[in-house]
Amino acid sequence: MLRQLRTSIAMLIVLTLVTGVLYPLTVTLAAQVAYPESANGSLVQRGDEVVGSTLIGQVTYTLTEDGEIANRDAIDRYFWGRPSAVNYMLGSSADSLGSSGASNYGSTNATLAHQVEQREAAFRAANSVPASVAVPSEMVYASGSGLDPHISPESARLQIERVAAARGLERTVVARLVEQSVEAPQWGIFGQPRVNVLRLNLALDQLQ
Amino acid sequence: MTPLELVQIALYLGLLVVCTPLLGGYMARVFKGERTWSTPVLRRVESAIYRLAGVHPDEEQSWKQYALAMMLFNVAGFVLLFVLQLTQRALPLNPAVLPNVEPFLAFNTATSFVTNTNWQAYGGETTMSYLTQLIGLNVQNFVSAATGVAVVIAMTRGLARRQASALGNFWVDLVRCVLYVFLPLCLVFALVLVSQGVVQNFNGYAQATTLTGDTQLLPQGPAASQIAIKQLGTNGGGFFNVNSAHPFENPTPLTNFLEMLSILLIPAALTHTYGVMVSSKRQGWVIFAAMMALFLAGLALMLASEYGVPGTMEGKETRFGIANSILWGAATTSASNGSVNAMHSSFSPLAGGVALLNIMLGEVIFGGVGAGLYGMLIFVVLTVFIAGLMVGRTPEYLGKKIESWEIKMAILAVLLPSACILLFSAVASVTEAGLSSRANAGPHGLSEILYAFASGAGNNGSAFAGLNANTPFYNVLLGIAMWIGRFGVILPALAIAGSMGRKKVAPPSSGTFPTGGGLFVALLMAVILIVGALTFFPALSLGPIVEQLLMSSGRVF
Repeated sequence: MLRQLRTSIAMLIVLTLVTGVLYPLTVTLAAQVAYPESANGSLVQRGDEVVGSTLIGQVTYTLTEDGEIANRDAIDRYFWGRPSAVNYMLGSSADSLGSSGASNYGSTNATLAHQVEQREAAFRAANSVPASVAVPSEMVYASGSGLDPHISPESARLQIERVAAARGLERTVVARLVEQSVEAPQWGIFGQPRVNVLRLNLALDQLQ
Repeated sequence: MTPLELVQIALYLGLLVVCTPLLGGYMARVFKGERTWSTPVLRRVESAIYRLAGVHPDEEQSWKQYALAMMLFNVAGFVLLFVLQLTQRALPLNPAVLPNVEPFLAFNTATSFVTNTNWQAYGGETTMSYLTQLIGLNVQNFVSAATGVAVVIAMTRGLARRQASALGNFWVDLVRCVLYVFLPLCLVFALVLVSQGVVQNFNGYAQATTLTGDTQLLPQGPAASQIAIKQLGTNGGGFFNVNSAHPFENPTPLTNFLEMLSILLIPAALTHTYGVMVSSKRQGWVIFAAMMALFLAGLALMLASEYGVPGTMEGKETRFGIANSILWGAATTSASNGSVNAMHSSFSPLAGGVALLNIMLGEVIFGGVGAGLYGMLIFVVLTVFIAGLMVGRTPEYLGKKIESWEIKMAILAVLLPSACILLFSAVASVTEAGLSSRANAGPHGLSEILYAFASGAGNNGSAFAGLNANTPFYNVLLGIAMWIGRFGVILPALAIAGSMGRKKVAPPSSGTFPTGGGLFVALLMAVILIVGALTFFPALSLGPIVEQLLMSSGRVF
C-alpha cells in the first residue's frame, strides 16, 4: 500500500511534467513558429490599434424593453451580426472580464418566444423587409457562443439597402461587396455558405 | 437537410469505420507490448518514466492490486488539482489575475476532471489561471482518459487469459496509453487546430477597440493543446465557457469535423483492440455493430425531431448549422465526451431528450475511452446470462462460464449510476436548493435537473446549461454522483475481470449460445434499451416527452 502510494505520487509528478509542461510547450513553440497569426487569436489591426479578431463577432442590434433598437445610431453604418446572450463581451476590460455564453432557453420558454418576436419586428422595420420575405433563423435567435462571427448570406443581403442608405453608397457597390465576402463550404464539403460580419464591415470602411 | 449535410454525415460515419481497425490494431500492439512504428522513439522515454517513478514494468498485478494502484493514482490526482485551484492566485501564470477558486467549486471541478466527466460549473476564461489549466486540468485530461483505457485493457486480459490470476500492470498500461496513443495523435491534432485559428499562447488577454468604439477583451491561452486531448480522451471540458461553440476553440467547419471525429475515434477503435486481444476480431465487430446501430438510431431520431419542429438556430453557430450541431450532440452524448458545439438546452425537446437518453443508457454507445467498452462488456455479461436463461443453455462468454459473482458485479455496475441519477434528481426536485437553480420553467426545468445528474453519474459533462450548477448543493451532489458513476462501475468491472481471468476455458458445444452473430447484436441492444427504458421512461416522460407535446400545442412557460 505504502509502496503503491509512493509510486502514485511519483507517477503523477512525472506525467504532469510530460503532459502538463512538455506537451503544451512543444505545441506552443511549434504553433508560434508555424502559425503565429492564428495562434495569437487572428487579431485585426487598423493602424496601431487592435479592432478585434476575425473569429469573434462584435456588431449587433440590441433592443430596449419596448422592442426599439437601442443602439441604432452606432450600428446603422454596419452589417449586423446575430443576437448574443452576452452582447459579444462588449465593454469587457481588464477589470471586468467578459465571458462567452448562450441563453440556454428551451423551446417552450416564454421569454425566448417574446424576444424572437421583438427581434424579428425590429429587424424587419430597420431593414424594410417585406412580410413576404422570411428572416433567416440565425438573425433572430442568439448563437451558442454569444460570439458567432458569421451570418448567412441571405441575412447579409437583407441588410444591403439599409447600409447603403446610411453610408450614401450605391446599392450595387454594397451588394457586390456582400457577394465577394460570401465564404463557400470549406474544401467544398464542410459547413455551409456564410459571411464573416467583421470582415465585411472592415471592407466597407475601407471603401470610404 | 441539404444533400451536402448528408454527405458530411456519411463521410463522418465512413471515416469512423475505416479508422477503427487501423487505430484499434495499433493499440492492440501497444498494449501487448509489441513493436510499433513509434517504438524506436518512445521506448526510451517509457523506460525513463518507469525508472523515475520506481515502477517494475514486468511485475503483474492481481485485480485488487490493479484497482488499488488505479484508485491511489486517481486520489493523488484529485488532491493535486484541488489544491492547485485553491491557491492559483498566489501561483505564477495567471495574467488575468483570477482569484482562488472557492472550495465547493474546486471540489466539484477536481472530481469532474479526475473522473473523466469534465462537468464545468464555471467559465474557463473567467475562473482558471493558465497554470491551473496546464498542470491541473490538462494533465487530468490525459490521465483520466488513460485510466479508462487501462481498465478496459485489464478487463480484456481477464476475459482472454486462462486460469491466470494477473491482469497486467496498471502503471504500464497507463504510461503506454499516454505515450503511444494520446501524445502522437494530440501533437498532430493540436497543430491542425492552431492552423485553423485555435489559440495557443501564453499572452495576456488582448484588448480590442471595436468598430463601434466599444472595448472587447479577447481571452487567450494555451487552448489548442488542451482541446486536442479533451476531444480525443472523451473528456470534453472546454478551455472557454461555451466549449466548442467558442470560435477560439472550434473556428472552422473543418475543425468541427475533426473535433467531432475525435470524439468517437478511440472508443470505436478500442472495440477492435478488444477483438484482437481476445483472439476473435469478430467479437470486436459484434460490439462495434451494436454501438453503431444504437448511435444511428439516436442520431436519426434527433435529426428527425430537430428538422421536424422546425428547429431554430438558438444556441447554434452559423458556421456549423443545424445538421452538424445535432451530429455533434449525438456523438458527444453517446461517447461520454460532453463537449458541445451547440447548446443542448435549446435543442427541440425530443432531440434534447434523446441526448439525455444516450447518457442514461450508461454511456455504452461507444462511450468514454475505455469506459464505454468496459460498460458495454458488463452489458454483454448480462445479455449472455439472460439469453442463457431464456433458452436454457449455460451462460458462457468466450468459453468461460458466467456465474453468480459476475452477475452480482454487473448488476451493481448498472444499478449504482442509475440510482444516483434518479435519487439525486428526486432530491433536487423537491428542495428549494435544487429548484432555485433552474433557468427554465415547466417541464424543461425538470429536464435541466435530470440532465445534470445523468451527466454527472454518466461521467459525460455536457449540460442543459441554463441550470446554475455553481451552488454548494449542486457542486457537492454532482461531485458525489461523478465519483459513484466512475468508480462504481470501474471496480465491479475489474472484479469481473479478476474472476473471469481465473476460469478455465471449455470448448464450445451444442449447448453454447453463440456470441459472434447478428442475433447476439440484437439481443445486446435489446437488453441495453430495456434496462434503460424501464429505469428512466417515467422520468423522461415528465421532462422532454411532455415538453414536446406541450410545445406542439403552443404552450410556453
